[in-house]
Amino acid sequence: MGSALSPLRRLPHACPIGTLDDPPRGLTGALLALRLRRNRQRLLLRAFRRRGQLSALADRTAQIAAGDILGFSCVRNEAHRLPHFLRHHRALGVRHFLFVDNASTDGTAGLLADQPDVSLWHTQGSYKASRFGMDWLTWLLMRHGHGHWCLTLDADELLIYPYWQTRPLPALTDWLEQQGRTSFGALIVDMYPEGPVSQGQVAPEDDPLAHLGWFDAGNYQVQVQPRMRNLWIQGGARARAFFAAEPRKAPTLNKIPLVRWHWRQAYVNSTHALLPARLNEVYATDGGELTSGVLLHTKFLPGITERSAEEKARGEHFGDAAQYAAYYDRLTADPVLHCGASTRYTGWRQMEALGLMSRGGWI
Amino acid sequence: MTGDSTLGIVMLCHADLDRAAQLARHWALHDCPVVIHVDARTPQDQADGLSAALADLPDIRFSRRSPCEWGTFGIVQATLDAATLMLAEFPAVSHVMLASGSCLPIRPVHALKAHLAAHPHTDFIESVTTADVGWTVGGLNEERFTLRFPFAWKRQRRLFDGYVALQRALRFRRRLPPGLVPHLGSQWWCLTRPTLQAVLSYPDRPAIDRYFRRVWIPDESYFQSLVRQVSNRIESRSLTLSKFDYQGRPHVFYDDHLHLLRQADAFLARKIWPRADLLYRTFLGPDGDRALAPEPNPGKINRLFAKAVERRLKGRPGLYMQSRFPTRAHGSTRSAAPYGVFSGFAELFDDFQPWLARALDARVHGHLFDFDRVQFAGGESVFKGGLSDSPTLRDYNPRSFLTNLIWNTRGETQCFQFGPADEQAIAPFLASDPNATIFAITGAFAIPLWRSGRSAAEVRAEAARLQKVESEFIAQLNGPEARASIRIWSLAEFVENPAEPLEQLVDALNPRAAHRVSDLPSLIPLQGFGAFLQDLRNQGMAPVLMGDFPADAELAQPHQSLPRPRIVR
Repeated sequence: MGSALSPLRRLPHACPIGTLDDPPRGLTGALLALRLRRNRQRLLLRAFRRRGQLSALADRTAQIAAGDILGFSCVRNEAHRLPHFLRHHRALGVRHFLFVDNASTDGTAGLLADQPDVSLWHTQGSYKASRFGMDWLTWLLMRHGHGHWCLTLDADELLIYPYWQTRPLPALTDWLEQQGRTSFGALIVDMYPEGPVSQGQVAPEDDPLAHLGWFDAGNYQVQVQPRMRNLWIQGGARARAFFAAEPRKAPTLNKIPLVRWHWRQAYVNSTHALLPARLNEVYATDGGELTSGVLLHTKFLPGITERSAEEKARGEHFGDAAQYAAYYDRLTADPVLHCGASTRYTGWRQMEALGLMSRGGWI
Repeated sequence: MTGDSTLGIVMLCHADLDRAAQLARHWALHDCPVVIHVDARTPQDQADGLSAALADLPDIRFSRRSPCEWGTFGIVQATLDAATLMLAEFPAVSHVMLASGSCLPIRPVHALKAHLAAHPHTDFIESVTTADVGWTVGGLNEERFTLRFPFAWKRQRRLFDGYVALQRALRFRRRLPPGLVPHLGSQWWCLTRPTLQAVLSYPDRPAIDRYFRRVWIPDESYFQSLVRQVSNRIESRSLTLSKFDYQGRPHVFYDDHLHLLRQADAFLARKIWPRADLLYRTFLGPDGDRALAPEPNPGKINRLFAKAVERRLKGRPGLYMQSRFPTRAHGSTRSAAPYGVFSGFAELFDDFQPWLARALDARVHGHLFDFDRVQFAGGESVFKGGLSDSPTLRDYNPRSFLTNLIWNTRGETQCFQFGPADEQAIAPFLASDPNATIFAITGAFAIPLWRSGRSAAEVRAEAARLQKVESEFIAQLNGPEARASIRIWSLAEFVENPAEPLEQLVDALNPRAAHRVSDLPSLIPLQGFGAFLQDLRNQGMAPVLMGDFPADAELAQPHQSLPRPRIVR
């Protein structure tokens, strides 16, 4: 089998600017399609097998109506972020949230179970063994997401897109459907405060962006991985401050959080990529621009230093935990991310002018 | 309009019937009879709900339902049926407006009536000959009328495309009905009663209808062609604002377009997003009269839509991001703005960078691709946009590094030094970037070696390596992929008369320089360099890139002033 698949090896791992070609055809294309299909089936099977790890604490899924936009998240100790997270995405038009609580100890479960538009599942399972929560979410997506536009986010991500203050998500999804698109990309932008990251006070009801007012505007490295045609964007404040020695390990910043779901679809690697691979083409390859958004990343709220120390001890994060030890150490050391080249956030039009997102043809 | 002449509305609906009901009620309350056609594919209960919602209004009728698939004759059939019913049921109707369930009146109904009363015999219908339309999509223009289109474009795309290709290959052409001149235009018209009557009772109607059943998108050509046969006063414009994207899909208006719609010079607009509550509330409310803008500014709307099409199709050149990543075939090696690359200059002139910054009014960096550190101008450790001076971050993706740098500094010309001692991975991109202007003095890399004070024997290997790297760079600049503007001198050529090349590069990068270059950077004294080259030769290396460098002692220091006064521009 290995030798039969050799044409695939000729595909580069990642294509920088100016080196991407059209998708492979012929034998290579057929072999690639077969392999991706097998991967997808494997992911779906994994999710199906792990469904037993979830126990429902509040199942309000009977409320879900046809056409509703659904939110999916896996959380752990996010009681501090969730009130604003819920408020922001409710206002955008998410009609029902489906949460997996992975063994929180800070009252997250109670907070979520009290919300009228939240269904909540609990699990003590290993975050890492469940592909960082994706197996659980894949099962919920399969079970409840089919036929809906589904917004899969972490609790420290706030979605913005062109005109988001005046046009709710259904306007965006209607537009995407009219364009024949069923997936929507967004770039994670790390937001950080002016001083050391542990300083300041942000109450759960506060808008975290009042405190996290700054970001890196123009240091994002773009590549496309030709097998799944997915983007691989790294950069931003974390790459600059923590990964200068090992840029390859810097966090991936491209996500595809909003997808019109079909039960046969599966996220591959967080929400950075999914299968079938055509859903990963959230970019125009003809020189034009497609509509895209930004995920404002509120990771660097004051609790970050303790949390990083804990994450490191827990060893449940991406990749080889030992590789990330240095990263967590630097975070625990309370760094200042702000610098003379930082940009103050003013809104989506600024993000668009800076080239971090685009209206595309949407007026 | 007076009591004996009225405006009738033919309304084609297929979804969001609650909005359609709201619109029909609005028209009816303003004394406009309405005939509604509901797409046969819409569920019966929804259609029943619509008639129930309007049951209290006397002047509303429902016409026979036919399926209205996009691009097919069903839409024309629906229009014909509804128009026939309108003329039969409401003898007082003098004008008939064709609208849809998502066409919102953006000016008061009385203003529309006044406009029609002022032009009682005019038919408002966009009607353009096929030779003159520039907006059809898919390359199908005249062929809409000369080929057959039995397949649905949206559902049966392959059959559609295949059948078109087959007919083209067979050179098949349909015969047009005698006398008919094909015209195209917006689907949404407003016709006078006599004109509409003449179309409906056109002598060859059955033959005409048979013909149009196989025309593509007949709703944009049936009435548009036939009115040319029967009307004697056509104003070729639609009273309905309707914009399409580059693929012919209608644009949708949202709440935040309120201000824009107030500036439109049309009376209706489509499509309105069904959940644009503010628009419906504003334009259908009792205060709708106040929605009238003092001065229409349709140019603004057109510019906005043209810009959106450009953004979708061309994007912002030089920007590489999450929703713009052109393939190799689509000209993807291009940065956002012109910039200068200088090879060998900083080695030959001690104060080259400050001089260049003065002469060009530009940001002049050192060796951006230096192995040890990114030498940003002013020695900054983090440059605009958050670019780090870490060479590993840069080398992880040098193309993103460079395109980001140029993108981040739009509006300010960037210049940087580049040489064989630098990281070379960016070289192919530089050579193929049409925005790059590259000036190279070949062989200048030997000057720092010579000045290091080390013997020729010690630096021989290093000199040979640098020469090899530089030769490869020069080969790329001369290669078939090169799109940059490139000027190359050998070191010997350059030192013979440095003033002229320096003038050239100022002209190339800052053609509108307000101030003339009055001084030149100071060339480092080269006495002894010829001997150094000879030593390298004696050590067994062949220094070729420097050109025919004069054998030492007699080397005159070239004079340092400009040969002639420059004209101030």
